[in-house]
Amino acid sequence: MEKEKTKNPNQNSFLFNLLTNRASSMTLAVVFALVFTSLLVWMMKANPISVFQTIITGAFGSTNNFTQVIQAWVPLVLASLGLMFTFTAGLWNIGMEGQIVMGAIFSYGIIRIFDGSDASSALVIILCILAGILGGTLWAFLVGLLKNFGGVNEIFGGLGFNFIADAVMLFLVFGPWKPEGVANGSTKMLDTRFWLPQIEGTYLSLWALGIAIVCVILVTVILQGTYFGLKLKAVGKNNKSSFLLGIHTNRYMLLAFVLCGVLAGLTGALQVLGFNHVLRNNISGGYGYIGLMVGMLANIQPLITAPIAFIFIALSKGAAGLGIDLKLDSNLAGVIQGALVIFVLIMDGVRKVLIKKFKGVQSG
Amino acid sequence: MDNSLAISIGSIFAWAGPVIFGVMGETITERAGVMNLSLNGSLILTAMVGFVVGTTTNNFMLGFLAAALVGALIALLIAFMSISLKQSQVAVGYVLAVATKSLAYFLGAPYVGKPVMLLPQVPIPYLSEIPFIGAILFKQTILTYMSYVLVFVCFWWIYKTHQGLILQGIGERPSAAYIRGVNVNRMRYIYTGIGGALVGIGGALYSLSVKTWNGQLSGFDGIGWIILAITIFGSWHPLKGAMGAYLFVLLQYLGIVLQPLLPNINSRIFQVAPFPLMILALLFVNIGNADWVDRTLAGLPEDVRRTIAKILRAMRTSPPAALGIPFEKE
Repeated sequence: MEKEKTKNPNQNSFLFNLLTNRASSMTLAVVFALVFTSLLVWMMKANPISVFQTIITGAFGSTNNFTQVIQAWVPLVLASLGLMFTFTAGLWNIGMEGQIVMGAIFSYGIIRIFDGSDASSALVIILCILAGILGGTLWAFLVGLLKNFGGVNEIFGGLGFNFIADAVMLFLVFGPWKPEGVANGSTKMLDTRFWLPQIEGTYLSLWALGIAIVCVILVTVILQGTYFGLKLKAVGKNNKSSFLLGIHTNRYMLLAFVLCGVLAGLTGALQVLGFNHVLRNNISGGYGYIGLMVGMLANIQPLITAPIAFIFIALSKGAAGLGIDLKLDSNLAGVIQGALVIFVLIMDGVRKVLIKKFKGVQSG
Repeated sequence: MDNSLAISIGSIFAWAGPVIFGVMGETITERAGVMNLSLNGSLILTAMVGFVVGTTTNNFMLGFLAAALVGALIALLIAFMSISLKQSQVAVGYVLAVATKSLAYFLGAPYVGKPVMLLPQVPIPYLSEIPFIGAILFKQTILTYMSYVLVFVCFWWIYKTHQGLILQGIGERPSAAYIRGVNVNRMRYIYTGIGGALVGIGGALYSLSVKTWNGQLSGFDGIGWIILAITIFGSWHPLKGAMGAYLFVLLQYLGIVLQPLLPNINSRIFQVAPFPLMILALLFVNIGNADWVDRTLAGLPEDVRRTIAKILRAMRTSPPAALGIPFEKE
């Protein structure tokens, strides 16, 4: 039909190659995203170049700023890595955010038990991390159960549990766990001996950074180097065929949720022990939601999450200064991140459609 | 005394206006086989656009038009990326939900604290004189009246017209519709665009009537996701969807009314109450679809099995068969 009619006269044209080459089409996507945000900034009567300068200085301008970026990279990369499991299994774990919150709550619960005791700090910290993992896993497992046995789509189940986790947090920090006398949405600060050791004068903990790097390697090995990873990929690519081939698809999907919850819980525990040193409302920092976008760009390759998470967090941290310097809202970071993902999806779609349309011509 | 109660109950119908517009928009979009997952963001962005255009031009009409246009554009972007570029509807919808929310807060920041204007109430002559009921239903804004009408128009369109039959066809069995000469993808574009425009009107209704634009619409973020759940709960049927919407707003209203009775509990916890209920509701309407339920039922004595199966069947909903699946003529 129409496929035969378009004999594609421009098969070797510059534009065709530009759009069908993966590298150049992705570069174009980034350029489009930057042009789009520049237009928006210009609409708000500000200078795009000074906006990008502010973001770059905000992220890398001083050692202090840079350590803040690295510090925030840890939870984002951990969240994105967790999502690699669910993405590989073809699942949308929007519940990440609530799983991080639950991890933080459980881990702070252990602190409360040992507060004032003379137990060794190393032991308490390890217990905290384990409890955090338990909390995140529990919350993820519930979403998985609802999906597998109740037929509730994981997007709605996950969102519901996010809001419930928020409610539990609010109840605790304004209720039984509030510090003496005040109710300001956070608990009292942790005893300093329960803090993860930090580099002097910064919020960066090399322990947290180390854990994140180990997790990058671990998740990459599990997903790309084991039989389990391969099966999980099969479940994600074609659920029905995998089931017919004898893979317990339900079990694998639940396992993907559990592993995702493990990393979410770890993220929550590190947010308490390594950075905030209190339990407070919004402790998850939106990393679960941003992590989903990082995960989409990483396209189930765990190793790639590290650099993408770095770019995303540099944007978020860098944009914090926009309000002070240029009187612009710092939500611009979210706009740039969203535009990046949208243009990458568009260019990826254009590339695939073009290749499919002219495949016959190419081979003939 | 009696009258103040009526006005209070009447506010439930006013608050439900945006939810109704959202649910109806999403219902016809999903009936056509496209899922617009961006609702949470598009509602916030169109609320911002409606407020800014409405207050700067001092014209409600223009505010609603601009919001409808923006809502339609977002929906058409989803249609383009999923129908023409074959990208996952969930992925596209999710990113747009996040991105349009950030966009709304970024572009809307300078307008926070600008003077507010609220859509005036227009009592309907004679009908508003009916004791009690008149004050509840017929002393509302024009857009609230339109939300009543919209429910019946959607119902009539889907079930009583030839066009509605085609709409059901492209969502259930697009290949059959195609053989009958329907341009499936074009119809999907059209319905997604209309659905998006309705969502846009819902957004503007929030900022121009129910609440206002104050930068971070409190208690408003999250409603887009609830609307998506109500659409499922209403099994893609306009009347059931409207029932779900009114039920949800009633719960929200009760949360606010009952809160003073429990002053020790943070008010934000009450705003969360609809979400666990949403999960439960989805569990009830979906559990009949699960395999293990069938297997368990098969082991039960005949009469018990029949009763349970009947209850499950009554609650069960199943989505349009081709929801989220791209149509290719091959």
